[in-house]
Amino acid sequence: MAKSLFDKVWDAHAVRELSAGQTQLLIGAHLIHEVTSPQAFGMLRELGLKVHMPERTFATVDHIVPTDERAEPFSDQLADAMIKELRRNCEEFGVTYFDIASGRQGIVHVVGPEQGITQPGTTIACGDSHTSTHGAFGAVAFGIGTSQVRDVLATQTLAISKPKLRRINVDGGLQPGVYAKDVILYIIRKLGVKGGTGFAYEYGGEVFDRFNMEERMTVCNMSIEGGARVGYVNPDDKTFDYLKGRPYSPKGKAWDEAVERWRDLASDPDCEYDDVVNFRAEAILPSVTWGITPGQGVFIDETIPDPDKVDESERDAVIEALEHMKLKPGSPIRGTPVDVAFLGSCTNARLSDFQEVAKYLKGRKVAQGVKAIVVPGSMAVGKICEELGIDRVFKDAGFEWRGAGCSMCLAMNPDKLVGDQLCASSSNRNFKGRQGSPVGRTILMSPLMVAAAAVTGEISDAREVFGIESQNLVGA
Amino acid sequence: MALEKITRVKGKAVYVPGDDIDTDRIIPARFMKCITFDGLGEFAFYDVRKNEDGSDKKHPLNDPRHAGATILLSGSNFGCGSSREHAPQALHKAGFRGIVAESYAEIFFGNSTTLGIPCFTAERGQIREIAAAIDADPELVVELDVENETLRCGGKEYRASLRDSARNSLLSGRWDPIAELLEGTEQVDEVARRLNYV
Repeated sequence: MAKSLFDKVWDAHAVRELSAGQTQLLIGAHLIHEVTSPQAFGMLRELGLKVHMPERTFATVDHIVPTDERAEPFSDQLADAMIKELRRNCEEFGVTYFDIASGRQGIVHVVGPEQGITQPGTTIACGDSHTSTHGAFGAVAFGIGTSQVRDVLATQTLAISKPKLRRINVDGGLQPGVYAKDVILYIIRKLGVKGGTGFAYEYGGEVFDRFNMEERMTVCNMSIEGGARVGYVNPDDKTFDYLKGRPYSPKGKAWDEAVERWRDLASDPDCEYDDVVNFRAEAILPSVTWGITPGQGVFIDETIPDPDKVDESERDAVIEALEHMKLKPGSPIRGTPVDVAFLGSCTNARLSDFQEVAKYLKGRKVAQGVKAIVVPGSMAVGKICEELGIDRVFKDAGFEWRGAGCSMCLAMNPDKLVGDQLCASSSNRNFKGRQGSPVGRTILMSPLMVAAAAVTGEISDAREVFGIESQNLVGA
Repeated sequence: MALEKITRVKGKAVYVPGDDIDTDRIIPARFMKCITFDGLGEFAFYDVRKNEDGSDKKHPLNDPRHAGATILLSGSNFGCGSSREHAPQALHKAGFRGIVAESYAEIFFGNSTTLGIPCFTAERGQIREIAAAIDADPELVVELDVENETLRCGGKEYRASLRDSARNSLLSGRWDPIAELLEGTEQVDEVARRLNYV
């Protein structure tokens, strides 16, 4: 019988059915970080349990690490206690830990693929909702809570209900200046922030076939913002090329065998989905959010919604969002002044993100009064950018070039908005207070749109700012 | 590890209106700089409850008439966003033992169930009707019945549903799955060997 990748992976990892009806699902790789794991290790100690498969458990530190002054002890005592606790837990329980000294530290969802831990056909769990990122490799990856982190530590399994499967096709060609971030913001806007609840998303179509691995990661990363806990792309040669030679990738004969196995993983052409949604790539334009959920977005040429003109069911939400964002209904989003430009996060802080921006940023300057920071997703990303001189392009333009971490995506480190500052951000969430100030304001967009906002000091169309010709694609 | 069977939750209720209430709102990230969950209760919904100087804003959770509420009512997609278990932990430590909303984000739903907090689903109209009743009489007792999937208050009974797996696990005292997962260790190792994981 024809099967989807999701079913193949699920069935291979299903251990048994639990009494309440959930599946006990084996986890191939467990990724942990300092924020959601200390209580889980505490519970293990209380229960007198060990880590069941320490060799399949990998830790790094990302949420609380400072991106400027990185030597310990950290100036924030709570943050310092957390990194020490993670180190102690990893040592005591025999877990591999990529710390700053290893040069392999970074955002957990950047580090996993980079190290070759993220592999097709495996299951991955991490106490972080953006774990869906790893689905870009044809893995089935779940964000989990801390009690579940404990479950995976102690048993290498999760108690979990099988979701339904929705295939999302994006066919045709993206216009120049339109990026993976625009694609996922568009999908979320169309299907809604809860449209994916109860579903795993399989992304496919010509756009995904053409996307490189990092673009696929950007889309899978934000599946959860559309309500889907899992998002993935079927693996192909790009997947295998990316993984070849990485530290935890199979080597030699084992590599050839693995690739052979991985080739059979993709969803069978005639497999059944619970739902199929089709989009055209040409319809997608550079996008920005205007509100306080990732689904509250518009194309750069559109205006901010007017509560009097939206459906009654959305009115309260629009009013609340506009009140927080201090934006004027009916006016263009373009031209909104920005105070901060943030290039970073597990959504968009990989090499190709920075390469693309650097291509256009050369010779340009950050507008006066705008604080602009670049935070690489990992130390490895930072290092290669430095080798290629990409850091120099950013620094010359007036960006601060920082050390790796989650930084201002959720502001658990010293990088925070102040007061009601408005931030053009390449991150994934524009929730109230997300970037560290309860009244701070976030507008989500692609990295190049962040650069455009940094250069002009206002929300701008990157295509105009950087002279990117839009094409009239006829039946592409 | 025998857990208590959770068959009903009974108490005062409070309505926090709004859709898409995210877990950053329930517990802002800065309060997650901790290595235990202790003390999270006082920070639940902090930024919508407090002004920057620490004084109270007007918010249902600051309303003394609703002090001691154990049931939280809200809108759709409650608990969306971050997977932080800190959110249901904060609500639990703030005294909440049951939630009624139009719908939930999945990770929040699972995290809450694992803590023994039943997350009931009810229709928007019903939730608003109950909210109005509570507003009129904050002492009104709301009773959530896990077995029969009903909500009773003010002499009226409403349909309030629970996902089967959650209902089963609460009623059987297996809402925290760790004990049952541990029982499967032998089979786990067998599957791990088959997949060349060990």
